[in-house]
Amino acid sequence: MEARYLREDAGRIATAADRLAANRHERGSFLRYQFASYSFLLPWLIGFLALTLGPALSSLYLSFTDYDLVDTPYWVGIANYSRIASDDPRFWKAMQVTFTFVVLSVPLKLAFALAVAVALNKGLRGLTFFRAVFYLPSLIGASVAIAVLWRQIFAGDGLLNRLLASVFGYEGPSWISTPGTALYTLVLLAVWQFGSPMIIFLAGLRQIPQDMYEAASIDGAGARRQFLKITLPLLTPVIFFNAVIQTIDAFKAFTSAFVISNGSGGPIDSTLFYTLYLYQEAFVNFRIGYASALAWVLVVIIGIFTALSFLSARFWVHYDD
Amino acid sequence: MTSLVLDKIVKRFGSVDVIHGVDLDIRSGEFVVFVGPSGCGKSTLLRMIAGLESISEGRLTIGGQRMNERAAADRGIAMVFQSYALYPHMSVYKNMAFGLETIRMPKADIEVRVRKAAEILRLTELLDRKPRQLSGGQRQRVAIGRAIVREPDIFLFDEPLSNLDAELRVQTRVEIAKLHADLGATMIYVTHDQVEAMTLADRIVVLRAGRVEQFGRPLDIYNKPANRFVAGFIGSPKMNFLGVKSLGMRPHGVAVDLAGRELMTHVAADRAVPTAVNEPLTLGVRPEHIVIGSGDGLQLGQVRAEHVEHLGSQTLIYGKLTDGQNMTIVCDGQKRTHVGDVVEVSVAPSLCHLFDTNGRTLTL
Repeated sequence: MEARYLREDAGRIATAADRLAANRHERGSFLRYQFASYSFLLPWLIGFLALTLGPALSSLYLSFTDYDLVDTPYWVGIANYSRIASDDPRFWKAMQVTFTFVVLSVPLKLAFALAVAVALNKGLRGLTFFRAVFYLPSLIGASVAIAVLWRQIFAGDGLLNRLLASVFGYEGPSWISTPGTALYTLVLLAVWQFGSPMIIFLAGLRQIPQDMYEAASIDGAGARRQFLKITLPLLTPVIFFNAVIQTIDAFKAFTSAFVISNGSGGPIDSTLFYTLYLYQEAFVNFRIGYASALAWVLVVIIGIFTALSFLSARFWVHYDD
Repeated sequence: MTSLVLDKIVKRFGSVDVIHGVDLDIRSGEFVVFVGPSGCGKSTLLRMIAGLESISEGRLTIGGQRMNERAAADRGIAMVFQSYALYPHMSVYKNMAFGLETIRMPKADIEVRVRKAAEILRLTELLDRKPRQLSGGQRQRVAIGRAIVREPDIFLFDEPLSNLDAELRVQTRVEIAKLHADLGATMIYVTHDQVEAMTLADRIVVLRAGRVEQFGRPLDIYNKPANRFVAGFIGSPKMNFLGVKSLGMRPHGVAVDLAGRELMTHVAADRAVPTAVNEPLTLGVRPEHIVIGSGDGLQLGQVRAEHVEHLGSQTLIYGKLTDGQNMTIVCDGQKRTHVGDVVEVSVAPSLCHLFDTNGRTLTL
């Protein structure tokens, strides 16, 4: 009798030991699996931690300090932020320039991109070719070379003025050195880089079912009414997406203003983009702490803008489901 | 109410003809169904009538007026699409009012028309909803409502029931038939479902590969199919086709040889040119006309059951004749036939169809 109990106990113990071993084995393979996944993620993780999250957090810290890249950062609390809010006319000038740029360039760029996308969507021959041609400025547009080219076109003796002189006999000013027009040449440059939103619009237009237009044409709606009552409303999710992305991009615009104004934001701060001002504070005046605070203010501004866009979306963006 | 005439209508895509000179004369107030297998051109033909496809050749007249060059909106038609094509961002009301707003009808008049149509289609409670908040059947009714408010001369339906489930299809089919009775408008309806065609149509157009195979009343097409294709397409389960040989004309019709049995059909008794002896023919027998047991009809032989379906009201037997030819039998009621059973089958001589090697019916 006792022997039977003993045998049963031994059996039970053996089963438990097996289970434990199996568990240990499973845990081992689970860890190995985890290790493999993280090793694949590592290149990205290193980049993200060292080049994005790390600098972002340190800039957040630096924004509360006085720091000139040489001496040890000196904690000043919210002094940088209060100076931005109360005692920095160039900050407000940069805000005004940047907002003007955003308000002008984003709608114009979107309208232009949409117009070209609609034209390309009309079953044009060689669509792929034209799509590539129109996308080209966006590929090369943000480069320094194009900004240099733009400076040549809009300079006093630039291509535009020579054209105006020969065709209309009009002696144009130097568009990039006149405070009244400098910013608009940058707006024009931004609008010219309409390729990326255009491609997205084109994809959006292709999503609209053809029979919607057929139903509308039987209902007697002409091209204009079809565009206003069907294309535009059905495209609102895409318009919304493009608007948010382009607004964020416009707030962050830097290269063109930097090249065209030689990094000054001139003439008379008329092209002083927010990022350009931030750059000057950080790497010309070496006020790294103050520049970091400016950067975080921009983050908050972009955040508010994006949040407002999302809040407004429920009133004008039509989602199918 | 308006008549519609298609005169030698051709549709060409590049060098390929997809509609080969279709002639149809559709009377005012008639319900005509275009039916045919996928790719037969029925939807293309409808879209040409609607003005959504250009007409390559021929003449389309509606109410006596040439319409070839008229815009879709000026043809006095309304169309219900297979996908419904409702505007997803507009309410049911706005969807129905869209066409009337386009022609700048006064708001009060639009309201009257929309409310009336909504009442007919039981949509009144749903007028403020968006299409995404509706079931498939409700969306279909909105699509029909959008057509009704325009008070068109001709309604065009492009496979309107194909996205609905079986029960809703039957229900909506009845509603469309009732709508036709109430409005009395000319309606053209495209479907690949022969049951819809048989139940809805005043006249059916059977199409194949861009040609009209037969145009006639549903029962005429069922009883007197113009050719083997029509005979096979109309009727479910489809007609049995058995290879036979002609034994020549006899007093009541053509006699044929089915696997050594001499069958005296009542086909083509009035045919001017009798069939030659030994000419290969096809004997067509509808499954529902076959009688189990050696009755007094033509003895077709023995069938071994290979598959049996019990539908309750009917029993479907799929089997083979002793010479290996397939045969489907539909019996009323519940038969105790099992797989492997062998049954004697016969058919009344007057219910036989004969087709020549080109598929033409020997007589109509």
